[in-house]
Amino acid sequence: MNAGIPIQFFLILATLMFFVGVYGFLSRRNLITILMSLELVLNSVNINFMAFNRYLFPHKMEGMFFSLFIIAVVAAEAAVAIAIILNIYRRFTTINVEDVDEMKY
Amino acid sequence: MSLQSLLIMRHELLLAVAAIFILTAEIFIDPARKKNISLISIVLFAIVTIAGFLPFKLTGTLFGGMYVSSNVSTLMKNILNIGVLIILIQSVTWLRKDENSDRVSEYFILIMSTLIGMDFMISAGHFLMFYIGLELATIPVAALAAFERYKNKSAEAGIKLILISSLSSGVLLYGLSMIYGTTGSLYFFEVSQHFPGFNLQILGFIFFFAGMAFKISIVPFHLWTADVYEGAPVNITSFLSVISKGAAIFILIIILYAIFPSIMETWQKTILVTSILTMTIGNLFAIRQQNIKRFLAFSSISQAGYILVGMVGGNQLGMASVIYYILVYIFSNLGAFGVVTAISNATGKENIDDYNGLYKTNPKLSLIMMLALFSLAGIPPLAGFFGKFFLFTAAAEKGFYFLVLIAVINTIISLYYYLLVVKAMFINKNDDPIVNFRSDFPTRSALLICVAGIFVTGFASIIFELIKGLSFGN
Repeated sequence: MNAGIPIQFFLILATLMFFVGVYGFLSRRNLITILMSLELVLNSVNINFMAFNRYLFPHKMEGMFFSLFIIAVVAAEAAVAIAIILNIYRRFTTINVEDVDEMKY
Repeated sequence: MSLQSLLIMRHELLLAVAAIFILTAEIFIDPARKKNISLISIVLFAIVTIAGFLPFKLTGTLFGGMYVSSNVSTLMKNILNIGVLIILIQSVTWLRKDENSDRVSEYFILIMSTLIGMDFMISAGHFLMFYIGLELATIPVAALAAFERYKNKSAEAGIKLILISSLSSGVLLYGLSMIYGTTGSLYFFEVSQHFPGFNLQILGFIFFFAGMAFKISIVPFHLWTADVYEGAPVNITSFLSVISKGAAIFILIIILYAIFPSIMETWQKTILVTSILTMTIGNLFAIRQQNIKRFLAFSSISQAGYILVGMVGGNQLGMASVIYYILVYIFSNLGAFGVVTAISNATGKENIDDYNGLYKTNPKLSLIMMLALFSLAGIPPLAGFFGKFFLFTAAAEKGFYFLVLIAVINTIISLYYYLLVVKAMFINKNDDPIVNFRSDFPTRSALLICVAGIFVTGFASIIFELIKGLSFGN
């Protein structure tokens, strides 16, 4: 089964994606790009779940279902986040996080 | 689904019915009479709260083990219900303002859906249920934090909360995926059976704990707390600091005790370090705060540190003391926030300096604030003292004397800054004090409930005995 690609490749890909996402979350300055980095983080989790499910526990579909639910929930989260970003654009006329700094310390 | 299963999950079902009812009322009610929605919603929620206490059959599993109801989870839900009821009563005055009057029902629907999420999270039997409950408990709160859409600070608080909470759920899920990969299941009882604690499992647990630590705002994952608490409307701040935090602590303690007892040595070290950091840093930052909401934010961070002290032993007394402390904390913190809400609604002032000379003009509010702060600090006759006493006893029972010593030192530091506020109200002079005002009926009744709670939970030992009888641990 699954001759060719060993599971380690998927796990390495997921780990890379996770940390690229976290790095982007911390270093980007545009709110939309931060949101995109978050999608990377959560999609790396999806890859992990699906790889584990397919290679280690193929008789049960738990991992697949979990990643389906993650996709749905993340969409809801992004919807709320984008609504708030729109409101921020109206209030501050920018979506650069460096300018959204009314509260510090 | 039989009638019995309806009774088992009555908390969630009744809340869902109430939320849908308010949604329908919003459509059909005459716009001129929309202010009645507050009253309808609070009466509905009071009915839900009372129904939660009815002694039906409480235990059982549903949906193939995904939903587990036990005595202790019912108790936790009831405690959260009480807290939310107080917050809803407190927020009536704020919702009556003209700028909020077009969105009254949204407020109640969002709060109730958050609570449904927390209830599902607390009685989860599977990590999928836990995750969905967690998200349902966080996403509406972000919308609520950005509720005052005409204020810059509110929007900023909302975006900070939603981004940090999505990142933390990403971290948590990454840990869960490792736990899934090493155990082959996501059911709580199956995970606990296949958890010998080899390295990848420990790594997964650390990620999981970090994700939860974001939600409870444990140091070093606390940086969002002060900003969000300052920017959000006061009622949402009190909701975040009491209910959200309480629910996350409840589910963390259930998961630590029920799923990860096999790696107790590991999580005891984690909690030991994080609780020392949380108490100390929370206290040191609270000293230098000028805004009362930021001040209460850092005080709530250090309170989370004390709660972790009770959790560290993994014993039955630990769980009982944590649940009891959350109950006490709900009354004390909501008392303090109630006074802040009343003053903020009447004058819009939120700095500690503005509270100078408050006793001269508003003696009753100052007395309630003093009682609440003394209870948070743990001054003996009040409930907070007994709560802290049980927490520290639970840790000392397992031999964590060093941790208890640090916790006691931190209690003394915290007394200093709580007394700073009391000094500002009673001793400091002010040429331009907050004028005398009379709060309306909802605010006064909410404050009365809080004061009564501070005394009753402290003096009625039957409450702690009841909680201890329902808790588990080794």
